[in-house]
Amino acid sequence: MKACLRVCTAASCRSRGGASLQHSLSEAVARAGLEHGLRVKGVGCLGPCSDGPLLAMDADPKAQTQLYGSIPVADGAQLVASLMEAAAQHTLAHWCPAGGLRIDLNHPFFQLQRRLVLEHCGQIDPTSIEEALAAGAYRQLERVLQNNNPAAVIEQVRRSGLRGRGGAGYPTGLKWAAVAQMPGTEKVVVCNADEGDPGAFMDRTVLEGDPHTVLEGMAIAAHTVGASRGLIYVRAEYPLAIARLRTAIAAAQGHGWLGTAIAGSRCNFDVELRVGAGAYVCGEETALMQSIEGKRGMPRPRPPYPAERGVFGLPTLINNVETFANLPALLRLGLETYGRGTKVFSLTGHVRRSGVIEVPMGTSLRTVVETMGGGTPAGRSIKAVQTGGPSGGCVPAHQLDTPVDYESLQSLGTIMGSGGMVVMDDTTDMVDIARFFMAFSREESCGKCVPCRAGTVQLDNLLEQILDRRATPEDLEQLESLCRMVKDTSLCGLGQGAPRPVLSTLRHFRDDYLALVPVETRR
Amino acid sequence: MAESYPELEPVLQRHEHRADGLIEVLNRAQELYRHLTPPLLRHIARQLHLPFSRVQGTASFYHLFRFSPPARHRCLVCTGTACHVKGAASLLAALQREPLNTWGIELGSVRCIGTCSGAPLVVVDQQVWNQQSCASVLSGLRELRP
Repeated sequence: MKACLRVCTAASCRSRGGASLQHSLSEAVARAGLEHGLRVKGVGCLGPCSDGPLLAMDADPKAQTQLYGSIPVADGAQLVASLMEAAAQHTLAHWCPAGGLRIDLNHPFFQLQRRLVLEHCGQIDPTSIEEALAAGAYRQLERVLQNNNPAAVIEQVRRSGLRGRGGAGYPTGLKWAAVAQMPGTEKVVVCNADEGDPGAFMDRTVLEGDPHTVLEGMAIAAHTVGASRGLIYVRAEYPLAIARLRTAIAAAQGHGWLGTAIAGSRCNFDVELRVGAGAYVCGEETALMQSIEGKRGMPRPRPPYPAERGVFGLPTLINNVETFANLPALLRLGLETYGRGTKVFSLTGHVRRSGVIEVPMGTSLRTVVETMGGGTPAGRSIKAVQTGGPSGGCVPAHQLDTPVDYESLQSLGTIMGSGGMVVMDDTTDMVDIARFFMAFSREESCGKCVPCRAGTVQLDNLLEQILDRRATPEDLEQLESLCRMVKDTSLCGLGQGAPRPVLSTLRHFRDDYLALVPVETRR
Repeated sequence: MAESYPELEPVLQRHEHRADGLIEVLNRAQELYRHLTPPLLRHIARQLHLPFSRVQGTASFYHLFRFSPPARHRCLVCTGTACHVKGAASLLAALQREPLNTWGIELGSVRCIGTCSGAPLVVVDQQVWNQQSCASVLSGLRELRP
């Protein structure tokens, strides 16, 4: 028998014992002397985190790949023994580890995905550059370097319609063109891996599962815009992603995919890691650059845009993890096959199956939440789906047929954001949710501009009053007008976005607010 | 006499004693010495040729830097969105009513560690405990080495 057991060792499954499972399986295989037939490897996210720890089995000769969840971690030896017995009796196709459950890979959760960014995530061992290379890593970089036609790459990125996946959705091709046009040879490429939106973990998944795709995307960008220095700013809350990145950067340097004269070309590109220290505002690009320079992470007005004056005063291209990870797929597939591309989402909250999915751009929210995620647990109905984190809003249940794209979500008063999707059932109090996000923004405001520093405090106080049933209809009016003021006059995305959870819940769930205003105060 | 911090030398050298390495140096300093004391911050300021106010001001801006020694154990309740909709606020409030500090446990919160399928969760000494209630956290905490 020849087979490979892929154990998810990404952060979520790891917290459910994934790493110990890998260890105990490897040990059992070694003790039984089966290393030549049965391979055990740790991989990145396999998708349905709520069923973790997850284990995939690829049997050879080509039986269908199977996925198992809720695997009891303790006894690897027993699992391996039962697997060998099933193989001997040719019943592998029906095998399931004792105590675990078999996950149907024909379920829409898997079938409706289109994995471009996450293509190798869960397939390869993220600590092995050999596996990444065998799966095709750095091949697009090699091609780009051979062709040596940066203008053509920019044109392809522009025509693909790729937009920034970090939240703001700025057209990537335009950004690249702006940096490429800047004179001088000293330019910087920065990867924003400061994924701070609570409930969002797409970038963590990519970094933990397939770091080389991100490095390849950065190197392609560097060659295209003429940069020789790269920086990845990653949040300290992701220790595993940091470790995987360090390993990947060292391996890529060792194999000549980073460093000087990459693949025999004239392209030089070094990548350095910078770890944050817990400040949400550092996800904002100008604050992030300050933080890279060793300062307080305070945003500054734009222009000058980073393309003109970025890190250390140099022209800087700054993109999000997922944006860079799109590049190899886009260049490999070409415009037509790439189409509108995909978006990675992290699905959480009151939903049966939570985890990470990648779907074609324009898939409806209902498809994602109900068909793929299985809707809410029994007996409850969906009230809203929150997208875009503390700068986003809530989509009410009756508008779930909205396609997930930049424009449609914006017209509903929310944003695509980075891809966190939190499902809320009918027990959720939307005023409490608005307050939750406002408290978050209040705490994370850097304090530089008055509308955000003072406005978030006032808004938080007003929401507290409403929740304590001490508010009048006038307070609701003041809440709304103050929201607009903070939105229109704040310096950066944090302040401009902070009122959005309130405005969107006022728009779609006004009754939740009105129910909290004492009757005697209403005229 | 100035105290010496020889363990910090490698990271200072890696950044060539340049000011832009400040956050990396602070991260490493906290890793080594568990918290940032005024003499330590002064040492860093001297080594990076920065005014003390700049070092202190930067360190105090970021949530993860701490200026008092940590307790033996740390229990962080995740207060991200997914944990919030599954009751993190009441979990945190309930734990705040317990005399955890007398057990050598420091209670705090963290904004999403990105493993939301385990909501509501707590992080105890860097281990993630999934789907917790006040009772389950307390019983787990009682098992910790005092």
